[in-house]
Amino acid sequence: MDIPKESLHGTFNSYLLGFILSLVLTLIAYFAVAEHLFTEKVLIITIVGLAFTQTVVQLFCFFHLGKETKPRWNLLIFLSMAFVIAIIIGGSLWIMYNLDSRVM
Amino acid sequence: MTDTATTHHDPLQEAYTKNVFGFWVYLMTDCVLFGILFATYAVLHNNTFGAPSGKDIFDLSFVLKETIILLTSSFTCGLAMIAAHRLETKKVIAWFCVTFLLGLSFVVLEVTEFAHLVDVGNSWEKSAFLSSYFTLVGTHGLHISVGLFWMIVFMAQIARKGITLVTLRRLTCLSMFWHFLDVVWIFIFTVVYLMGVS
Repeated sequence: MDIPKESLHGTFNSYLLGFILSLVLTLIAYFAVAEHLFTEKVLIITIVGLAFTQTVVQLFCFFHLGKETKPRWNLLIFLSMAFVIAIIIGGSLWIMYNLDSRVM
Repeated sequence: MTDTATTHHDPLQEAYTKNVFGFWVYLMTDCVLFGILFATYAVLHNNTFGAPSGKDIFDLSFVLKETIILLTSSFTCGLAMIAAHRLETKKVIAWFCVTFLLGLSFVVLEVTEFAHLVDVGNSWEKSAFLSSYFTLVGTHGLHISVGLFWMIVFMAQIARKGITLVTLRRLTCLSMFWHFLDVVWIFIFTVVYLMGVS
């Protein structure tokens, strides 16, 4: 059986690396909140930053997005999805908080 | 799929590539669905209407357990895929069984959490915050449950047919689905639970 070249699959090391990094990032975020390591504003920026870092780690180690050869369709679709989500979430929050502060 | 010479235009290989790409596109649209639920939650999470807020009802160490279980299941799912590419059928089934049990314990923990919330009177009817919370986390839990059902079906199929290009393609989609749900959970853990408590 020939597995298509385009089939992206990782090695044991890439999965292990992804697993350990994700675990460490999760635990850092958990203890930062449980022990109140920072003031609220810094804390929120830290844990959101950790979440995005973990997402990038998993995209590379579990989805093998970096191994894709040109044309990078998967990456392109991913980026357009990220763009749409940024508009939905950013836009909703912007409109609703603006409305809230005007009405209240 | 035997040892015949395969050119680049082998229909099965083309189907493989197209299917996996199509599934990736589906996952991205699913991401938009979760994005909308996250936006709803972000807008409504302060509207507790006298009912408890996230600070009062979330148990962080309990959620950390769920998170680690789901992350480990994502890892074992990856190990199953390595075995699948090496055509080791028994190992694939073994690793997917581990993944299934971890996924099942995740669902059991989540249902326990939901049942407890409803028991003490904090159901989705109480406030906008609780409605958006149950919708977001419940939709993720529903996806996990569908993934578990999907896993059982494929295990039966692989036990019968072994690893072929067709079953490998299906397994690849399933593993992408499973990894995707773990990525969504990172944000539920961060946005709903960690930010809710801090």
